[in-house]
Amino acid sequence: MTLRDIINKLLRRQPASASTARERLQLVLAHDRSDLSTELLDQMRREILEVVAKYVEIDMDEGAVSLETEDRMTALVANLPIKRTLNGQIKLIETSNQLEENSQETKNTD
Amino acid sequence: MAKDTRVILICSGKGGVGKTTLTANLGISLARQGLSTAVLDADFGLRNLDLLLGLENRIVYTAQEVLEEECRLDQALVKHKQESNLSLLPAGNPRMLDWLKPDDMKRIVDMLKEQFNYVLIDCPAGVEDGFKNAMAASQEAIVVTNPEVSAVRDADRVIGLLNTNAIKPVQLVLNRVRPKMMANQEMLSIDDVTDILALPLLGLVLEDEQVIVSTNRGEPLTLNSVNSPAAKCYLNIAKRLQGEDIPLIDPAKESSGFGAKFRRLMQTKIF
Repeated sequence: MTLRDIINKLLRRQPASASTARERLQLVLAHDRSDLSTELLDQMRREILEVVAKYVEIDMDEGAVSLETEDRMTALVANLPIKRTLNGQIKLIETSNQLEENSQETKNTD
Repeated sequence: MAKDTRVILICSGKGGVGKTTLTANLGISLARQGLSTAVLDADFGLRNLDLLLGLENRIVYTAQEVLEEECRLDQALVKHKQESNLSLLPAGNPRMLDWLKPDDMKRIVDMLKEQFNYVLIDCPAGVEDGFKNAMAASQEAIVVTNPEVSAVRDADRVIGLLNTNAIKPVQLVLNRVRPKMMANQEMLSIDDVTDILALPLLGLVLEDEQVIVSTNRGEPLTLNSVNSPAAKCYLNIAKRLQGEDIPLIDPAKESSGFGAKFRRLMQTKIF
């Protein structure tokens, strides 16, 4: 975050557009490069959540599975806040404590 | 006979980002360094390289007539008026839309390799047949892009195709850079673009009104207006291609005075 971003935040102005451009590009390129449609990604997300839910109780609405990309490598990142383990022990875990299924995906297709 | 000819594809995916202008100016710059250079306009549907070089009235034959043995290669090559080391070869004319195949392109480039140090191929926009033909004949590539989302996205697609076709090295030219907008963080920064595309940066070209003036005249900037901002950038790119170690221009230093200092302060990363 730069000084300008902070001032913008304090004045409740829109952030400078370059950071918006960067974020939008990273997202769209992750999809372009992996050739995964949103439906497929959604299906994968549901199935991953189902598997994880067998072992720990998770918040089904909060769980996010997304594609992130860096250095022309696309990674599938799952951020799943765990409510508690299934053997009854209450184990409140903060949302920042994330389970990262960081599997590396296709380098680039076609 | 020239050996070790470098065949460089100049491509972008998106149209209008400055492929043809870069091809024309690189051609002139390399020729000025004493290197025999051919520029091949692979965009025969919408060809414009002749216009930028001021050679539009001197085209008689194209690569098509050479391949069909209706003329010799040296009859089809159009030598530049002032810079005799530079020759233009149009791939075809707009009336024929469908004759060119990847093998045709390879044959014509092989002929050019016999007598030139550099062959620069001005690639059509898009990722369809025109691009694939041009890529088939190339060894290395320069991807031109602008610091804009659509241009970067299309460049990414092209880079993917170049990688799978084993074209290397692939280098990046960032065109139409506006230092003021970058300083205000209203334009993707140089690092943003190179990080996202993960390519080595061959050079950047500053936005420059003189480019339009030079296009009007059919005289590339590097020919006569060598002191304009963009011309310096093009000359630097040509030198780097030749292996010279020329430092990149820092856009932040292009604007000076109190305003620039303030903008730099605003860019300070806090966390």
